[in-house]
Amino acid sequence: MFQIIKKFTSKIWKSIFRKRDNLKIGFYGPPNAGKTSLANKICKDWTGEDIGQVSAIPHETRNVQIKEQVKIEHNGKELTFKIIDTPGIATKIDYENFLKFGMKRGSAKKRAKQATQGIIEAIQWLDDMDAVIVVLDATQNPYSQVNITIIGNLVARKIPVLIAANKTDLKHADIKKVESAFPEYSVVGISAKEGHNMEEFYESLFTLAKKI
Amino acid sequence: MIKKKKLKGLSLHVIPFAEVETLGISERVKKLLNLVLGNKIVILHGRLRAEEEARLIEDTMAMVDHIKNFKGIELAVIEPDLRDRGVFVKMKYGLSKKLVGDNSALTVIGPAAVIKDIKKDPKKLELWLS
Repeated sequence: MFQIIKKFTSKIWKSIFRKRDNLKIGFYGPPNAGKTSLANKICKDWTGEDIGQVSAIPHETRNVQIKEQVKIEHNGKELTFKIIDTPGIATKIDYENFLKFGMKRGSAKKRAKQATQGIIEAIQWLDDMDAVIVVLDATQNPYSQVNITIIGNLVARKIPVLIAANKTDLKHADIKKVESAFPEYSVVGISAKEGHNMEEFYESLFTLAKKI
Repeated sequence: MIKKKKLKGLSLHVIPFAEVETLGISERVKKLLNLVLGNKIVILHGRLRAEEEARLIEDTMAMVDHIKNFKGIELAVIEPDLRDRGVFVKMKYGLSKKLVGDNSALTVIGPAAVIKDIKKDPKKLELWLS
């Protein structure tokens, strides 16, 4: 009962005193979808610095990474965001998968342990977000339960969502399939790596910010 | 010559929605994970709420960390595809979901050591075994 009252009071407090700047934007999605690549692209564009390291090995991001005061200008408007890059959410972690990338057994086991903790951390951060960009790999099947669970949780918490269908530079990218899987949400096709379609992405980001 | 692997056996555990309906989030997740830890594939008549699915992932990750040889779970939900259906059908479905819970869906949860992958599109579910 106390928890419910506490949550309700905090919600009211937040809605009255919420600043329209330093909006907390979370980057969520499955591993290797390009969350950090996109967060890096944004941070590099507007602060000149990266937020984290990227790698072809899944679960490179194993801790929540934050970049404060990222000021973005678009069409004469300016907004300041707090960018929060989260570890990829998965339902299974097998250290043996990391061995395929040439990792030693000890390092692979350590990475797996950190990855499990990272997933728990990412889920626990959900409540703190003002809005979320769900980053999906447009070359993969979008109907995975992890994607549906992430979006379902954001809807349940009334957190505005934008879906970034990433990796459009790759041959098998299929934005239409992502759009058809999530017809109720805005989907923007991008390549964070190549910087394709970032103008439309920033347009969508500002539209998302209006929903907060 | 192609070697044929024999399927040694598969244990499916079907849970009617009524069996978990009255349980709280912790008990519901615990019940499902206990079955999965026993190497069973659980078929739940109905679906978990979004926050229960998130809790299921959180508790699974905690277990991967603490239970030897447990690699996690595969999870999929299949629901009636209402995208091309009329407003009345959608309303009827939404109302019954609110009144008696979402028991028109099927949730499949299995140990990652047994289920290699679940391929899903809106209309079908394919289980690939390890």
